[in-house]
Amino acid sequence: MNAAAAEVASTRGAIRARGLRKVFGKLVAVDHVDLDVPSGQVYGFLGPNGSGKTTTIRMLCGLLTPSAGEVEVLGLRIPQQAEALRSRIGYMTQKFSLFDDLSVLENLEFIAAIQGIPRGQTGARVDELIARYGFGDRRNQLAGTMSGGWKQRLALACAVIHEPELLFLDEPTSAVDPESRREFWENLFELADAGATILVSTHLMDEAERCHRLAVLDRGRLVADGTPAELTGALAGRTLVIETDEPRRVRGTLQSLSGVLSVVQVGNTLRVLMQEAADAGRTEQRIDHALGQAGHRAQVSAVPPNLEDVFVVATRGGADERTRAA
Amino acid sequence: MNWRRMWAIVVKELRQLRRDRMSLGMIIGIPLLQLVLFGYAINTDVRGIAAGIADEANTSASRALVMDMLATEVVAPVATADTPQQLMAMIRRGEISVGIVIPPDFERRRHDGRPVAQVLVDGSDTAVQAAAAQLARVPVDSATPDMRAPLRSTPPTGAISVVGFYNPERRSAVSIVPGLIGVILTMTMVLFTGIAIVRERERGNMELLIATPLTSTELMIGKVLPYIAIGLVQVSVILAVGLWLFQVPVRGGLLDVFVVAGLLIVANLALGLMISTRARSQFQAMQMTLFVFLPSILLSGFMFPFAGMPKVAQWLAEVLPLTHFVRLIRGVMLRGAGLREMWPEALALSIFIVLMMAAAILRFRKRLD
Ligand SMILES: Nc1ncnc2c1ncn2[C@@H]1O[C@H](COP(=O)(O)OP(=O)(O)O)[C@@H](O)[C@H]1O
Ligand SMILES: [Mg+2]
Repeated sequence: MNAAAAEVASTRGAIRARGLRKVFGKLVAVDHVDLDVPSGQVYGFLGPNGSGKTTTIRMLCGLLTPSAGEVEVLGLRIPQQAEALRSRIGYMTQKFSLFDDLSVLENLEFIAAIQGIPRGQTGARVDELIARYGFGDRRNQLAGTMSGGWKQRLALACAVIHEPELLFLDEPTSAVDPESRREFWENLFELADAGATILVSTHLMDEAERCHRLAVLDRGRLVADGTPAELTGALAGRTLVIETDEPRRVRGTLQSLSGVLSVVQVGNTLRVLMQEAADAGRTEQRIDHALGQAGHRAQVSAVPPNLEDVFVVATRGGADERTRAA
Repeated sequence: MNWRRMWAIVVKELRQLRRDRMSLGMIIGIPLLQLVLFGYAINTDVRGIAAGIADEANTSASRALVMDMLATEVVAPVATADTPQQLMAMIRRGEISVGIVIPPDFERRRHDGRPVAQVLVDGSDTAVQAAAAQLARVPVDSATPDMRAPLRSTPPTGAISVVGFYNPERRSAVSIVPGLIGVILTMTMVLFTGIAIVRERERGNMELLIATPLTSTELMIGKVLPYIAIGLVQVSVILAVGLWLFQVPVRGGLLDVFVVAGLLIVANLALGLMISTRARSQFQAMQMTLFVFLPSILLSGFMFPFAGMPKVAQWLAEVLPLTHFVRLIRGVMLRGAGLREMWPEALALSIFIVLMMAAAILRFRKRLD
């Protein structure tokens, strides 16, 4: 990208969608989503399974035709100008979509050719990616015989082989161990530093926290968006942690109290999210008092809100029964 | 049309095929299996049919006639009887399929021109019936033997004179193998491309491919090219084995044979692509392949003579590539005809190719919905 083009892209943003909607038969998979993704950032799509992340990404890539709404990606109208967009984006599908029966090297060579990298430059580019993603002695291994972490690295290498301006990554770390996840995110920030815009979907809170900005999706609707700090900041004063020996009983008491939106158990502590913010200390005292009256021994303290709280508030209720994965 | 991208598809297909034992086996296995099945098992040259003989005349001339009939090797004597009634009982019990009856007044019949012998045939097996008709062609001096089958009436003798001009020995392998090339190609080629695109859609590869600049023309042509080569390998195998096992001749030009086969290969691959753009799953693709394959076998003239079919079936057959191929290949391989003399058939195949290929390319959308 030259400077002028970069200027235009950054002022317009990489992706702009208005009233985006997709209906499958009677099912509304994506409903009136407005989206603005700035250039050069890692933008997260946070939402549980079935919330419409994949469907939205497919519409943004021009693979699905929206039922309604307008989309502009890298200054191109989608789906009308989707063909012009293809060579400028990289797309890593949720399911591994490279060829199981081709080796790492063969997959890279194939994608390089398909992406129009000149024959003379392919060797160097493929070698560079093999070195960068650590494939060294696996270059001749069949993709299908590799573990989830290696497959995902290969998929990322193939998605960036033509140095796209915009990268769509659909739950890239779902089949990957924590160690590989950490490495993967380091790779993403490296790519973002080099100027790429990255849209990454996830259902993991800790991943969402690392994004520059994110959008929270629930049942096809965009329920919140902003930087992680903005989103959590809006909940200041509404989150408490209660330490107790009898978490399940305390939880029962809490759920009957007014103003409590959700209670999530994490080991022997309970994380409480209040309906409304109150003055510092007031909520804490009120809950402490109520638990004392019910005869529970418990320690109540205020904590800063996190993205899970954001998600619970955004989707309103229904989350009480979930127990957070420790 | 970007050649590098198209070629990348060709290379990818060949690399995948190299690792796919099942498909590799299909390339050579299906032709061999079918050749042997059609060449040996489904053999219309029936020999050694179990026969019973009732020679009521028992003169030197009647014994000579019986010997002549046995010399055709169509029948083999397994029993003798005194009366036609005994032979009919044996047929009913399934002990024999054919009974030869020489009446007591054989000598008188020889001179007044009445039928001199009867062949009783078990009409429940049409192959036996057809074979027994050969017995009627055994010459009797100064008299024509009658072929009267009491269990099933047959046209009078003299009228039926089957002369296999291009296949004088009436060996069925000779007339079957050229058409069989087409049957094998129809079966394997349609399936190869019929599955090719659906499989990638099922495995998720297609979502990746359609998000790249790859065009549908590049994809389709890239998918067809490797299988043309594979089809030609199959043709070579069939020709070689056909020559080796059944002495099937190639009377016309060998190049013409390959050109004709090449046309059928591309026609079937294009048809497969078309199926692939319609089918939702590999199973559906196979069903659709079968849906084309059965009429091809039955209507193309490969199994049953074209002339005997109802008009509607004939029109339908004209749409099937195999019909034109069967006419072309029999012309080239058996009658030694040149491709130029049979250009309308070649043109029909070419039109089919262009239409199918265009339809497949146009139908293939780089979309998921
Ligand atoms: N091709 C399709 N046909 C019908 N329903 C679909 C299709 N794709 C997705 N859906 C439905 O749309 C909803 C959103 O799905 P998806 O976008 O895959 O969610 P996510 O990626 O967030 O898990 C789900 O209920 C899913 O079953
Ligand atoms: Mg998804």
